[in-house]
Amino acid sequence: MAFTQRHLLGLEGVSAADITAILDSAASFKEISERDIKKVPALRGKTIINLFYENSTRTRTSFEIAAKRLSADTVNISASSSSTSKGETLADTARNLEAMRPDAIVVRHPSSGACHLLARHVSCPIVNAGDGCHEHPTQALLDLLTIREHRGEIAGLTVAIVGDLLHSRVGRSNLHALRTLGAKVRLVGPPTLLPPEFADFGVELHTRLADGVRDADVIMMLRIQRERQGKNYFPSVDEYSHYYCLTEDVVRLAQPHVIILHPGPINRGLEISSAVADGPYSVIMHQVTNGVAVRMALLYLLIQRSKAAEAGDELALAAEEPVRSGARA
Amino acid sequence: MSGRLCITGGTVVDPVAGTMAPADVLIDGDVIAAVGAPGTVAGDAPALDARGHLVLPGLVDIHVHLREPGQEYKETVATGVAAALAGGFTSIACMANTTPVNDSSAVTQFILDRAKVAAGARVYPIGALSVGLEGERLAEIGEMHRTGIVGVSDDGRPVMDAGLMRRALEYTKLFDIPVIVHEEDCGLAGGGCMNEGATALRLGLRGVPAAAEEVMVARDIALAELTGGRLHVAHLSTAGSVAMVRDAKARGLRVTAEASPHHLFLTEEAVASYDTNAKMAPPLRTRADVDALRAGLADGTIDCIATDHAPHHADEKDVEFEHAANGIVGLETALPLALRLVAEGVLDLPTLVARMTIGPARILNLPAGTLAPGAAADVTIVDPERRWKVAARSFRSKSRNTPFEGWDMVGRAVTVLVGGRVAHEEERQVTAALRSAS
Repeated sequence: MAFTQRHLLGLEGVSAADITAILDSAASFKEISERDIKKVPALRGKTIINLFYENSTRTRTSFEIAAKRLSADTVNISASSSSTSKGETLADTARNLEAMRPDAIVVRHPSSGACHLLARHVSCPIVNAGDGCHEHPTQALLDLLTIREHRGEIAGLTVAIVGDLLHSRVGRSNLHALRTLGAKVRLVGPPTLLPPEFADFGVELHTRLADGVRDADVIMMLRIQRERQGKNYFPSVDEYSHYYCLTEDVVRLAQPHVIILHPGPINRGLEISSAVADGPYSVIMHQVTNGVAVRMALLYLLIQRSKAAEAGDELALAAEEPVRSGARA
Repeated sequence: MSGRLCITGGTVVDPVAGTMAPADVLIDGDVIAAVGAPGTVAGDAPALDARGHLVLPGLVDIHVHLREPGQEYKETVATGVAAALAGGFTSIACMANTTPVNDSSAVTQFILDRAKVAAGARVYPIGALSVGLEGERLAEIGEMHRTGIVGVSDDGRPVMDAGLMRRALEYTKLFDIPVIVHEEDCGLAGGGCMNEGATALRLGLRGVPAAAEEVMVARDIALAELTGGRLHVAHLSTAGSVAMVRDAKARGLRVTAEASPHHLFLTEEAVASYDTNAKMAPPLRTRADVDALRAGLADGTIDCIATDHAPHHADEKDVEFEHAANGIVGLETALPLALRLVAEGVLDLPTLVARMTIGPARILNLPAGTLAPGAAADVTIVDPERRWKVAARSFRSKSRNTPFEGWDMVGRAVTVLVGGRVAHEEERQVTAALRSAS
């Protein structure tokens, strides 16, 4: 089934067909990373810019490896997020990069909506690698791939997402995609970080960890940001930990076959105990492996589609339209 | 200035009496000489044909940011006045958050001098409530009043010190001018940039709850009661604020309020794709809030429509949403939006006209808002059928930041008189050419 996204700014509104297309491609790309020579020529001659306005080791490395395994040339830019100190606006940066004719730009930025702004100024595909508190779609895609590998179907699963939902871009991307694919989603966190309006997204809200994880098939822990301390969302990380740390006792309330995800980097003993993080139900390292595969698939699909559009392949693009509207209806 | 002119054949709206009827308006020099049945007052005065048009007292906007002195790249008094006239406004009051702040009689005088040079709409400066808008010490309100301010406000910044607000409400009684308040509790607003709710959650943007405005409205109504001072609440945005103002008025307090066209038409949904032209303070709220504001405007809880015309350069909007400047330009889109309220049955035309003329004029004690004999000959002639599409590039304002780009509008000011003089004429040549062709 043809892929219809021009950019990947978020997973909200992305059809089940498009998500499945990425996951299916990722599953087949995964094998490349197991080879002796981990490289295919799929994106040879293409240039991918990693534009990171926030520190990131895992995500940036994952994107870079993904691009290189497809033979694309990558350029990493670590930019200052403070436009006043740098003297250049994001829009101007976008125009400059556009002038160098990249084939895709991967962006991480501390402001929600920064990728939307970039997408208005450049013609190549934009991949959101995390924008403020908005979305982190490739993280959710790798989570979905990991869940699918362990549980088969995503539809019908009960997934508990635990932590600072208010500020989590990982949580947002996951809740949209999980709902789209038919999972039952529970959000779990203290009332200060779990506004009641989340119910509008068709999810269950729980303020007690035990209620939230009971009989869950999947538990997804979110990283608690220490810098939230002092903003009165909770009195201290110790107190947070007392109520929301995922321990083995809590895990026992979930289904016996439960799997546990965490986007990393983990705060051991804070939101997740070491015993759980390293336990048999933890799939955290699978997530990291799948991150490369999902990003390979995504870059490949986006750049292929953009090439088809550039070549004026009107027929191919027009043929995709009914698919898109059908999937959304 | 002793010329006579008769506006003939139009439908005259009298916002004081709340009536509308075919009538002629005779102007002698810079004042209204008479208003009477068609053909009864013209005498030998030259006629200004207003057939098919509405003849209104010149519109009044008591909430405008003219940006001069100091931010002339956004707007000047001259361009702001041109925008006002194009939108049908003959009297505007400008806020004090210029650079330097209008917290002294020297700055007040400078603005008045610039307005004299611009020679268009009447410009009434509003003075800062506190020195430098810092919210700490009262500005020299009396000095500024002698020079010509018509109210005081730290607009753009909430006055967080209740003690200072109390003194401002007390002290301004000496001059019988209102304290105009921008209600937003900084702790609750918490650096938010749109309405708190499902849309903000979806976009990952920090929200400003309705309570941020409402706790301040409640506080200041209590202070108005304590002091007997005149409180004018700028740009109401929530249903709760409307209810509190309604209650305060019922209790006989000297409280007035305004609503902006954007809060009467747009909801938080306008932010949906991080459109920075939908970013303002207070933020766009929900449908229920819009409905409550409309009901408040209709029943008189809200005394007037005021645009909060806030020009910003494109570069200040073409940035990350959380870093974008607050506010939009409003002078050139307010009238057709207001007429749409009539078309949608929210209120009748004379009531609407009152909310844009005598209503705001009374709040600031301005000599405007009526066509009574002896009043200043400020007249706005409106073609209620004119269809046009909003194109920001054709604005008289220096700035283009509007969320109404591309909207289809019905109704437009075609001729605007200030003091008996034609200060603005819409597409005169086009109109003349059409006439000669037909």
